Amino acid sequence: MRTLRARLTPYALIFPGGLWLAIFFVVPTLVMLSLSLQSGNVVDGFAFTWNWHSYVDGITTYHDQIIRSLLYGLAATVIQILIGFPVAYWIAFKGGSNKSVYLFLVLLPFLVSFVLRTISWQFLLSDNGILLGPLRDAGLLPQDFRVLATPYAVIGGLSYNFLPFMILPMYVALERIDPRLLEAAQDLYASRMQTFLRVVLPLSLPGVFAGVLMTFVPATSDYVNSSVLGGTNTTMIGNVIQNQFLVNQDYPVASALSFTLMALLLIGIFVYARALGTEDVLEVAAR
Amino acid sequence: MNDFRNQDPAFLRGMTQRRLGRRDAFRLAGLSAAGLALAACGVQGKRVAQPTSSAEAQSAVQQYWSGKVKNGHVDFANWPLYMDPKQPELKQFTDQTGISVTYSEVIQENASWFAKIQPLLAAGQSINYDLMVVTNGIQFSQLVELGYLVSLDHSKLPNFAANAGPRYKSEAFDPGNVYSIPWTSGMTGIAYNPKYIDTPPTSYAAMWDPKYKGKVGMMADSQEIGNFGMFLLGIDPEKSTPADWEKAAAKLKEQRDAGIVRKYYDQSYVDPLSKGDIWMCQAWSGDIFQKNVSDGTDLKFVIPDEGATIWTDNMMIPKTAANPVDAIMLMDFFYDPKVAASLAEYINYVTPVPAAQAIIKADADAASGDDKKTLEEVAASPLVFPSEADYAKLRSYRSFKNTDEQKQYENIFQAITTA
Repeated sequence: MRTLRARLTPYALIFPGGLWLAIFFVVPTLVMLSLSLQSGNVVDGFAFTWNWHSYVDGITTYHDQIIRSLLYGLAATVIQILIGFPVAYWIAFKGGSNKSVYLFLVLLPFLVSFVLRTISWQFLLSDNGILLGPLRDAGLLPQDFRVLATPYAVIGGLSYNFLPFMILPMYVALERIDPRLLEAAQDLYASRMQTFLRVVLPLSLPGVFAGVLMTFVPATSDYVNSSVLGGTNTTMIGNVIQNQFLVNQDYPVASALSFTLMALLLIGIFVYARALGTEDVLEVAAR
Repeated sequence: MNDFRNQDPAFLRGMTQRRLGRRDAFRLAGLSAAGLALAACGVQGKRVAQPTSSAEAQSAVQQYWSGKVKNGHVDFANWPLYMDPKQPELKQFTDQTGISVTYSEVIQENASWFAKIQPLLAAGQSINYDLMVVTNGIQFSQLVELGYLVSLDHSKLPNFAANAGPRYKSEAFDPGNVYSIPWTSGMTGIAYNPKYIDTPPTSYAAMWDPKYKGKVGMMADSQEIGNFGMFLLGIDPEKSTPADWEKAAAKLKEQRDAGIVRKYYDQSYVDPLSKGDIWMCQAWSGDIFQKNVSDGTDLKFVIPDEGATIWTDNMMIPKTAANPVDAIMLMDFFYDPKVAASLAEYINYVTPVPAAQAIIKADADAASGDDKKTLEEVAASPLVFPSEADYAKLRSYRSFKNTDEQKQYENIFQAITTA
C-alpha cells in the first residue's frame, strides 16, 4: 500500500499543473496547428486542406517584422543585463538587512497594469511633455527631436517592462554565492577584479541564463510597446499576429505566423543554451 | 540537488527516467486522434441565402417576429462617446415604456467587436445584448451574409418612417433598411491644432507637406486610410478599382517613407493632437467637438475641398437577442425628433432626423451663456446637419463584392500601416 502511494505521489503532485498545461497550452497549440493548415474565410468557413501557403505567405510578407522583433528583443535583453546585473549584484552583496525592501522596490511597478505603465511613458515622453518640452525650450534638443514613435522608444519600453524578470533570477543566483568563496579568493591573492571575473561571474551565469529566457521571449513577441510607443516602421510580429487574428480574421495566417515565431524562438534558445554550455553552468550552480 | 538523495527512489525515477512502452503508444495515439479530430472540424462558416424577393423578405420578418413579446428590459451595446453619460434619453424611454435599459459602451472597434461576437452567434448563443451599433463596412456585410441579424419589422418603426431623412432610408449598404436603421453618421476629415498650424489645411495635399514632417497622424484602418489616398488623387473611393488602390497606396507609402507620418492611430489620435505630438491628423468629426467641449481645447476639424468619407453607424438586433421587441421599440424611440435633438446636442455627429435641427434652434433660444453659443453652433454645424452641397462632396467606403476582393484591398493598405 505504501509503495503504491509512493509511486502515485509524483503523478498526484504533477496533476494540477499537468492538467493546466493540457487544457490551456496543449489543446490551444493543437487547435492553432490545425488552423494554420486550413484555408477559407470567416464567412464561408475554414476547412483543413494542408494549406502550407499560410506559412509561405506569412513569412514572405512579414519577414521584416519578424527580424525586427528578434532584434528589438535582443537589444532589450542586452540593455536589461547591463542595467539589471549591477542592481542584482548590489542588492545581493550590499543590500544588508534591507534586501527584501529593495526587492520589493524592484517589483513595485508591477502593482500597476502593464498597459497603464506603458501609456504613462507616452505621457512622460510626449514631444512637449514635462521632460522634452523644457529641454527643447532650453535649446538642448533640436526642434524636431522626439522619443515617441521611434524604435528607441519601443526598445526602451520593452527593456523597462520586463526588467524585474531579469533582475530577480540574477539576484537569486548571486545571493546563493557563499561569501566564504570570495574570502577564499582574496586569501589566494586574487584582486577584486579577478574575484569578480573568476568567481562571481561564472556562478551568476545560471541566473543570467534564466533572466534572458524570461525576458527575450516575451519581449520578442510583445505587441503593446510597439503599438503604444512605436511609430511607422516599428511594427513587431506580435502586432501583425494580433491584426491578422482580430482585424482581418485571417486565422490561418495568424496561426502560421505564431508557429513560425515559436519555432524561431525555440531554435534561438537551443542554440543559445548550447553556446553558453548550460549544462556546465547548471553543474556549477548545483555544486 | 542534495535534497533529492533523501527522496523515495520512485519519485526520482518518475522525475528523471523516460518510460517507453504501452503508455507512450496510447499517448501518441491519443494525441494524433485529437489532432485528426481538430483537423476534421475546422471552423464552420454559415453563409445564408439572402431573400431574393420582397415576399420572401416579408415572410422572414413575419416568421421571426410572430409570437415575440415585450419583456420589459433591453441590453444595449454601443460605442464610447455616443451618449451623454447621464443617459437622459434612456431614462425618458424607461419612464415612457416601463422598459429598463442596460447601456454598455463595449464596442471600441468594428473588427474586434465582430471577432468577439462571431463565435457566439455562430453557435447560436446569446451575446447578452439585444441591440448593438456597427458601422457600415466589412463587418456589417459579414453579419448580414452570415445571417446573424434580425430582419426588422417596419410596422414597429413608425417614428423611423415619419422622421428619418430620405437619405437614411435608402443607404446603399442596407437597401430598404432590412437589417438596420442608422444611429448616427459622421465624417472622416482632417483635424488640426491651430497652435501649431497657421494656415488651415483645405486639401489632402497638406498631409503630404514635408514641412509637417513627423507631425502628421494617419489612421490604421485600411478603409479610412485608403480613402484618404484616393481623395488626394481625385479618385472616388466608392467606384475605385484595384489599380486605383495601388496608386493610392503608392502615395501613402511616399508619405510614410518621407517621414511625414508619425504614427498610424486607432481612436487614440485625439490626445496626441491636443498635446502637440501631432499637429494634423485623420479624424472623426464628432470626436474633435466633444474633446473641445469636455477639455476646453481649441482643435479644428475641416472637410477638405476634394471631399471626405461619410460613414453610418447602425443599430441592429443580433439573431440571438432575448428581448427583440424591447430593442426595436428603443430603436424607434431614438427617431422621436426631440430625442434625436437631445442626442445630437451632446455627441455632435450627423443625426438621421432632420427635424431635430428646429428643436436644437429652439433649445438654443431658450438657453443662455455658453450653452446658448454651443447649441447655436450645433444647429448651424454642417457636421451635424450637412447641406445637400456638403453631401455631394461626401463618399462612402468601398463595398466589396466578395472576400477575395476585400482581402486584396486590406493587403494593399495594411502593407502601408503594418510595415
